[in-house]
Amino acid sequence: MSVMTKRGRAGRAALNLFAAFGFLYLFLPIAFIVAFSFNDPQGKFNIVWSKFTLDNWKEPFSDRGLTDAFVTSLQIAAVSTLIATVLGSMIAIALSRYRFKGSAAYNFFLVLPLTTPEIVLGSSLATLFLGQSVVDFGFTTIVIAHAMFQVSFVALTVRARIRGFDWTLEQAAQDLGASPVRTFWKVTFPLILPGILAASLLAFALSLDDFIITFFNAGSTLTFPLQIFGAARVQLPPQINVLATVILVVTVAIMGTGSFMGERRRRRLGQTA
Amino acid sequence: MAAPVVSRVRNLTGSSSERIGLTGLVLVGVALLAVGARWVSGPIALVVLVLAALVVVGFITLAVLGSPETKRALSPYGLLKPGSLWLAIFYLAPLWTLLKISLSSKETRFAVFPTFSWEFSNYGKAFSDFGPQFTRAFLYAGIATALTILIGYPIAYVIAFRGGRFRNVLLGLVVIPFFTSYLIRTIAWTSILADSGPAVKVLDTLQLSGVLEFLNIMQDGKLINTPAAVIGGLTYNFLPFMILPIYVSLEKIDVRLVEAAQDLYSSASRAFRKVVVPLSIPGIFAGTLLTFIPAAGDFVNAQFLGNPNTTMIGNSIQDQFLRQNNYPVASAMSFVLMAIITVLVIIYSRFFGTEDLA
Repeated sequence: MSVMTKRGRAGRAALNLFAAFGFLYLFLPIAFIVAFSFNDPQGKFNIVWSKFTLDNWKEPFSDRGLTDAFVTSLQIAAVSTLIATVLGSMIAIALSRYRFKGSAAYNFFLVLPLTTPEIVLGSSLATLFLGQSVVDFGFTTIVIAHAMFQVSFVALTVRARIRGFDWTLEQAAQDLGASPVRTFWKVTFPLILPGILAASLLAFALSLDDFIITFFNAGSTLTFPLQIFGAARVQLPPQINVLATVILVVTVAIMGTGSFMGERRRRRLGQTA
Repeated sequence: MAAPVVSRVRNLTGSSSERIGLTGLVLVGVALLAVGARWVSGPIALVVLVLAALVVVGFITLAVLGSPETKRALSPYGLLKPGSLWLAIFYLAPLWTLLKISLSSKETRFAVFPTFSWEFSNYGKAFSDFGPQFTRAFLYAGIATALTILIGYPIAYVIAFRGGRFRNVLLGLVVIPFFTSYLIRTIAWTSILADSGPAVKVLDTLQLSGVLEFLNIMQDGKLINTPAAVIGGLTYNFLPFMILPIYVSLEKIDVRLVEAAQDLYSSASRAFRKVVVPLSIPGIFAGTLLTFIPAAGDFVNAQFLGNPNTTMIGNSIQDQFLRQNNYPVASAMSFVLMAIITVLVIIYSRFFGTEDLA
């Protein structure tokens, strides 16, 4: 950097301060969610602070409806993420591994579901399910709805992650006599696996938190967000905050471990290379 | 008889197998779309499905018997097929059924499912009855998008250029709040903005309420259930979708370009305007799409933070579809929303568009 003027230095400090306030803004509601898990609310709505208690944490799963809905959400996310990961990764490999006719148009097609408003995705899918008798609204339709947008998401994320992949490694393996199938499972797959795992974790999180699309296709099945939405009209128990805090801590732990392992892996590979 | 076929298959050139692969993919996609969208039904649907299955079988046969060249040319289409068919049935076909239902009407009052009848009046109703909701949806989403740029750009800038070795930690901090449920985050804002909540108290102590009333942010001493609260909620909930793409484009900038500008006697602010901002346009572009589109269709923020006079089109679609079971008008509104957004995105990308959107 060149010589700093006084004004430049003040501007720098102001910008840093602005960013610090930005982070404060990002975390303000989170602080409230965690704090209100220790609230002893008066009445049914845990919105106004009354007094500190640990009772909510002693019985985190006392709200059966909430816990059941959360388990349903986990099941739905597991199935839909599995479908989307397989289909999406295949698309990503096809797009980055091969040059072929129609790939530009295909890229455009793939982005479309992600640039359609959720309410349109949700309502249009509901019109597909409305006039037929093959599946009823419920678990299956929610899985289909989630996997629908997850496929595009996984495909684009995996493709971005494997953009720099050196495909000549495959030729090397085949020159050494490996069959294409063996080459894929022994060379390609292990190398692109971290990208696929990262994409599927994010897709899992998207499914777990999806509300709008699910709302249109759930029938009487309740996922975690649907349960909260339904409950919010009559009551907001502090267990919602307890569960939210637990989810937050667990995901941060997973994220932290993941990036720690990734860092270690990179360092190890860097040393051997 | 099989021998000549096999030998012909073996002699296929790469480019003709490529043509076969592409045609096969499109054919099967259209077949499933037709069945999903109910262009065909009953026995004909069965025939279409059998034909599609035959194409797939033929495709696999080709891939097994063909020369290495053929196999290579066919493999991308093979890999694309399952995912594409999934999207054909569950993304494209629904858009068709949505369009169809938006032009349908109920034959009798008690009919559950509307029948197709070129009922264009649904669109008239969508505009005449829900015009304000459309306006508010685009207005609120537009303001929220502008605010996310104003708040998000400096944050992304500080992370990209001053983060140093804490960059990844800071990026993590941007994402972490969004690992709590969308609904719970929005409900948390109802606690913060509540009449007896901390935000109102702080503003009263600082005696800023008057100013905010003047700016129309507060109404009658209330923060919650105002248009400003809805816009604030939208801004908060979509902020990371602005920060992350801007960060990605800022991070790619070679710092030496800024130094070069300053060596050529450009002032810091001029270097920022002439070098950094133009290079970060792709990030702003992507961030705008990722923020504006979901914000325009959102109904959660208006539901929890707004009042009956701040409902957005999402609220109306949801209400008409799921509560009134008025599928035709709800579908018409959905379709109009999508059409307007598509047009806006096309115009917007003409001005700011870049190649590397995805």
